[in-house]
Amino acid sequence: MLLLLPLAALVLSTSPSEIAAGFTHPMFTPALTLSLGTTLVSLIPVVFLGTPLAWWLATAESRLARTVDVLVDLPIVVPPAVVGVALLMTFGRRGLFGGVLDAMGVGIPFTEVAVVLAQVVVASPFYVQAAANAFRKVDPDTLIVARTLGASPRMAFLRVAVPIALPGLIVGASLAWARALGEFGATLLFAGNLAGRTRTMPLAIFTALESDVGLAVVFSLVLAAMGAGLLVLLRVAPWRRAR
Amino acid sequence: MTAWSAMVRARRGDFVLDVALEGDARTVAVVGPNGSGKTTLLRALAGAVGVEAAKIVVGGLTLADSAAGLSLPMEQRGVGYVPQGYGLFPHLSVLENVAFGLAARQTAEAERAARARAMLDELGCAGLEARRPGSLSGGEQQRVALARALVVEPRLLLMDEPLAALDAAVRREVRASLAARLAARGRPTLIVTHDARDVRALDARVVVLDRGRVVQEGSLDELEAEPANAFVAEFVGVE
Repeated sequence: MLLLLPLAALVLSTSPSEIAAGFTHPMFTPALTLSLGTTLVSLIPVVFLGTPLAWWLATAESRLARTVDVLVDLPIVVPPAVVGVALLMTFGRRGLFGGVLDAMGVGIPFTEVAVVLAQVVVASPFYVQAAANAFRKVDPDTLIVARTLGASPRMAFLRVAVPIALPGLIVGASLAWARALGEFGATLLFAGNLAGRTRTMPLAIFTALESDVGLAVVFSLVLAAMGAGLLVLLRVAPWRRAR
Repeated sequence: MTAWSAMVRARRGDFVLDVALEGDARTVAVVGPNGSGKTTLLRALAGAVGVEAAKIVVGGLTLADSAAGLSLPMEQRGVGYVPQGYGLFPHLSVLENVAFGLAARQTAEAERAARARAMLDELGCAGLEARRPGSLSGGEQQRVALARALVVEPRLLLMDEPLAALDAAVRREVRASLAARLAARGRPTLIVTHDARDVRALDARVVVLDRGRVVQEGSLDELEAEPANAFVAEFVGVE
């Protein structure tokens, strides 16, 4: 009830004409495009760096792996605002790498790159944990067999472990994408709220709320619909039925 | 070129496996109570577990020699492994499962499919090519796993309780076809089993493990005549 009631309230507090007005508002298309673009770009490092990391976490028995396993979850428990400040202290002008980046003429805060960085940090734990869990369910015997049949470790990973774990990897990537899409706090602090540049959908909602609640409701409904659509896709995905 | 010898010492926590075995083309049945190190032995021969010391020579080729700092990686040992539960690749068809080893050896695609089909035919699995492992019966899975291991013509074949998961009627039938197949192969095979009938059907020499050591070796008749411990006595059916 508590979960559904606010969503129902969103739907009930708008009208077709308000929705049409929202879609044509000058803030809508740039924010949506930016959100879709940055979240898809964020997924690339999350998946390509997260997959080998998850494999290592799932198969290594060292104390280091167990420690990293805990550290990976940090961005989930650390408030997004803290992540934003931490990113500023890392890549900001007065941050850890500020001097180096400044000397190279690179400024990261308040750019699209900052938006992507914030999303990668907050979203990656969702992918890495889901992927590690999926890899843990791969029967180790299948990998031993693959190796004895002549597969290199890399080939056994790519041709056996990844395909078997694929449903779990897709769920993890979807969760990470949804988390990146909703990212607000770290983005606001580290990337700012610059129209057309760093104003993603959640920031557009925040901005609209100050002047036009109806507009904020429409933007919110769009994000909610995207999340719901993702859930439906995961439910009806062909690999789910194949199992 | 069928003689083989294996000395393996491996540690798993408190458990130490320390065995020296040798043989020829005759099948060796590895028996012993749970936790005696049977599976660890097979995995050590395949190169899947770390060892403290090992010298493994099969058909004149040294697979591992810790004194010389040599340990061939699994993919270069030419050892076939059929694990308990078979370890079939659930995402690949039966034909792709059997052709996997040929693909890893970069065999041409047409030849791959032809050889995989021929091996499946030989093991009575014609018609299963397009199926997924999950839709096969236990006996069919066992034969597909055997076909997958045999199609790459391994120097040494390792089978971990290949008949344990089958019900009695299927087990009798698969046991007979396995015996015929291994006899025709004429290359060394190690097979873990809990059933003296397997040993008899395969005309295997028996190696009895207990707590990581070899406690008795010989034919079934020799074990029957003088069982080394209570486990052996029960295994061969002597009260």
